[in-house]
Amino acid sequence: MITKRIIPCLDVKDGRVVKGVNFGGLQDVSSPVELAKFYSECGADELVFYDITASSDGRKLFTDILVETAKSVFIPLTVGGGINTVADFDRVLKCGADKVSVNSGAIRNPNLVYEAAKLYGDQCVVLSADIKRVDGQFRVFAKGGREDTGMEAIEWIRRCVGNGAGEIVVNSIDTDGVKGGFDLKMLEAVCNAVNVPVIASGGAGKIDDFITLFNALPKVDAGLAASIFHFGEVAIKDLKAEMAKANISTRL
Amino acid sequence: MVAIVDYGVGNLFSLECSLNAIGAQVTITADPEILKNADQIILPGVGAFEDAAKKLRSTGLDEVLKALAASGKPLLGICLGMQMLFEKSYEYGEHEGLGLIPGQVVPMAGVIPADYKIPHIGWNGLRFKKSSPLFANIADGDCVYFVHSYYATNCDENVIATAEYGPELTAAVAKNNVFGCQFHPEKSGKVGLAILKAFTELKEGTLC
Repeated sequence: MITKRIIPCLDVKDGRVVKGVNFGGLQDVSSPVELAKFYSECGADELVFYDITASSDGRKLFTDILVETAKSVFIPLTVGGGINTVADFDRVLKCGADKVSVNSGAIRNPNLVYEAAKLYGDQCVVLSADIKRVDGQFRVFAKGGREDTGMEAIEWIRRCVGNGAGEIVVNSIDTDGVKGGFDLKMLEAVCNAVNVPVIASGGAGKIDDFITLFNALPKVDAGLAASIFHFGEVAIKDLKAEMAKANISTRL
Repeated sequence: MVAIVDYGVGNLFSLECSLNAIGAQVTITADPEILKNADQIILPGVGAFEDAAKKLRSTGLDEVLKALAASGKPLLGICLGMQMLFEKSYEYGEHEGLGLIPGQVVPMAGVIPADYKIPHIGWNGLRFKKSSPLFANIADGDCVYFVHSYYATNCDENVIATAEYGPELTAAVAKNNVFGCQFHPEKSGKVGLAILKAFTELKEGTLC
């Protein structure tokens, strides 16, 4: 039976993890390589590295980090941030990424998903969508959630899946940072619209939020979070033990 | 030394890193002489069957691999590389594989329940069907990472493990010295490394 995936997301800027993390036993808490190893040991099923660097020097540092991580962490690695062209896909895949997540790049160039899927396969292309309710509609936002594109989100996701997106990350701007649980209504709407894996993001504050998510929406494949894992509010080992107790299929 | 067959299909970086991590000497090559001298051979692969099969044939590596497999050299196909071991694939048409293991590769669509997603992506538990030296260091039920839309069928005799995805899908096969994993051991954490380790310890002529 396929297991529900738990995915920590690391924001990386100039080769370092942004936001101090606080783990006992970790010597360099802002080293993406060390943190990736730590998470892999704890049972993370996949890692997302999100590059928030703006400069080309920073990009180089990011790909160096990716290479170092790929040398010592043997679980799937997804890379996002700054992916605007097929050349960007190529750059990170060569450094050890298994999947590439596109967001604003796909909004700017709707052919990107199609072109990348044709070259690297659907399984390689992850569409990440930042979604917020506007006037009773789910709307896609660009530029890290700052800009309303005016596009209806479900239709956008359907179109991207039609173009070859193999997985969807649904980031709810409405629940992000609130720590009151995942956006079940939004996720349900996406799950009903497409038949590729859906990864829930935004809103997790505690273990129960994941249990509620997987119980309420069996079609959701994975839960993604950042700060609650980094700050130790939720330990992945504990989370997975609770999932197993609740009869949610998980890799222990 | 373990040789990874380089035939221009997919990214070999992760596989190379994982073999380095278990202390194996690795070489990535398309040179038949180096393949002949390797202790074990890994046939990787990501992408489309037809394209990969054409590349193996156009480089003559298909005949090289068949000869080495017949000589008793341990050979491990991974993902598409595993599918290449079979007689035929029905991925967008009908294409010939290496024919080292009897069976065909067919689409999951229509076989798995309609509400199961394709591709089969994620961690799934192995169900051992036969004992195998490949599983020397892992346990029944251990999870490994899958990414595939096609699977091998009509190969029951050589199936050593399955994974439940609606029906039980072929997860690993073995015939004499030829092995195949539908999943990615190089992305399956400690369990995957343990499988690779077991493979790199096989000697020429090892029978399963």
